[in-house]
Amino acid sequence: MQQIINFIIRNKTFLLFLLLFSVSLVFTIQSHSYHKSKFINSANFLTGGVYNSINNASQYLNLKSQNQLLAEENNRLKAILYNSEDQLDSIHSDTTTINKTYKLSTANIIRNSYASTDNVLLLNKGKNDSIKQDYGVITTKGIIGIIDRVSNNYATVISILNTTNPISAKLKNTGHYGSLEWDGKSPNSIQLVDVEKIAPVVEGDTIVTSGRSSIFPKGIPVGTIKDFKLDTAENYYEINVTLFNDMTNIEHVHIIENNDIQEITNLLNESNE
Amino acid sequence: MNKVISIHTIRFFVLIIFQVLIFNHINFMGYINPYIYILFIAFYPVQNSRPLFLLFSFLLGLGVDLFSDSGGIHAAAALTIAYARPIALKFSFGSMYLHHNIKFGTIDLGAKITYIALLTVLHHFVLFTLEVFSVSKTILVLQKTLFSGIFTILICIILSIIFSRSTK
Repeated sequence: MQQIINFIIRNKTFLLFLLLFSVSLVFTIQSHSYHKSKFINSANFLTGGVYNSINNASQYLNLKSQNQLLAEENNRLKAILYNSEDQLDSIHSDTTTINKTYKLSTANIIRNSYASTDNVLLLNKGKNDSIKQDYGVITTKGIIGIIDRVSNNYATVISILNTTNPISAKLKNTGHYGSLEWDGKSPNSIQLVDVEKIAPVVEGDTIVTSGRSSIFPKGIPVGTIKDFKLDTAENYYEINVTLFNDMTNIEHVHIIENNDIQEITNLLNESNE
Repeated sequence: MNKVISIHTIRFFVLIIFQVLIFNHINFMGYINPYIYILFIAFYPVQNSRPLFLLFSFLLGLGVDLFSDSGGIHAAAALTIAYARPIALKFSFGSMYLHHNIKFGTIDLGAKITYIALLTVLHHFVLFTLEVFSVSKTILVLQKTLFSGIFTILICIILSIIFSRSTK
């Protein structure tokens, strides 16, 4: 017994090092698995508050470019509004179902991140604005990511620039689908993998979300095909996709809420049992 | 003694704030950021209680992690260099460094560069290994270590020169 205590006293620095190191490893491993980073995330009172106050000052610096983006969006929406009058009857049933299933709200990104391999963004909306886990986040140009942790006033978003969390997407023209992954290299391009070899892939084609997960509706733009090659087994395509969004310069985003998500998960759980 | 403690306490918080608000957003060439908070570990007094020093380094890294949503990678990296610091000290300033009672403001530039470079490379290697977390992307780890490392060493040397002159 005494020898054990002596051993602990002699090696107390090394043991402390091992203890703290394993604590940080646990945090790291938790952060790599979806929805598990319970303690160390920036959606808490302290860090959210700091980022919010800094963002209040720094958002004046890019007001001009953000205004331009919003003006473009206004133009686009007005064009849709004015052009849709004559065909209102034919799309009437369609739009009402969309309104029922998906609800949109706006938010601001108060911390952007695109340089590490697992990027997490911070939003200035939280539980008080009825934001919940697993809501989708998009801009008018394309997808951004998925809500992860939510506190009362802030929420973290797992960006699509993330190596751990694939999102389902498809070719717009033919409907062949694959999953979006990121190789961690450039914030402008993302990889679409596991696309069947039989798919007619052409450079410049548009990639959209597939609607196979209940998070994003079908047809949200992702990007265009930059180049493609077969993977090592030569069964599937690996496609480099240039994103529509400039991930380094995002501020105003929309949060998509799927009203049917509860029903869908219940159904899936029942069929699994 | 009180003055030393207050200087290091202030340095602890100032470095975290500067790191997360300014240096995490430089993104030079897309992904190169300097990690200047290791200056706290580098310039912590040589005569110290090691368990306490390890604990402070861990908290420093955890503080940066909290702001950058990165799990525990900064904590692990900071802890590693805090534990390995005596080796770096011995290598840069000779094995008698404990008896000379070195002042970091007065040592010559060559030894200081070696010392900071050693700590930086070790820190960045642990940091990016945990961040990438995949053996198949070792090249990416080394590439990030090299480029961010050069940037960090440069900024750290400049900062240490500026602040050591003003306090003399």
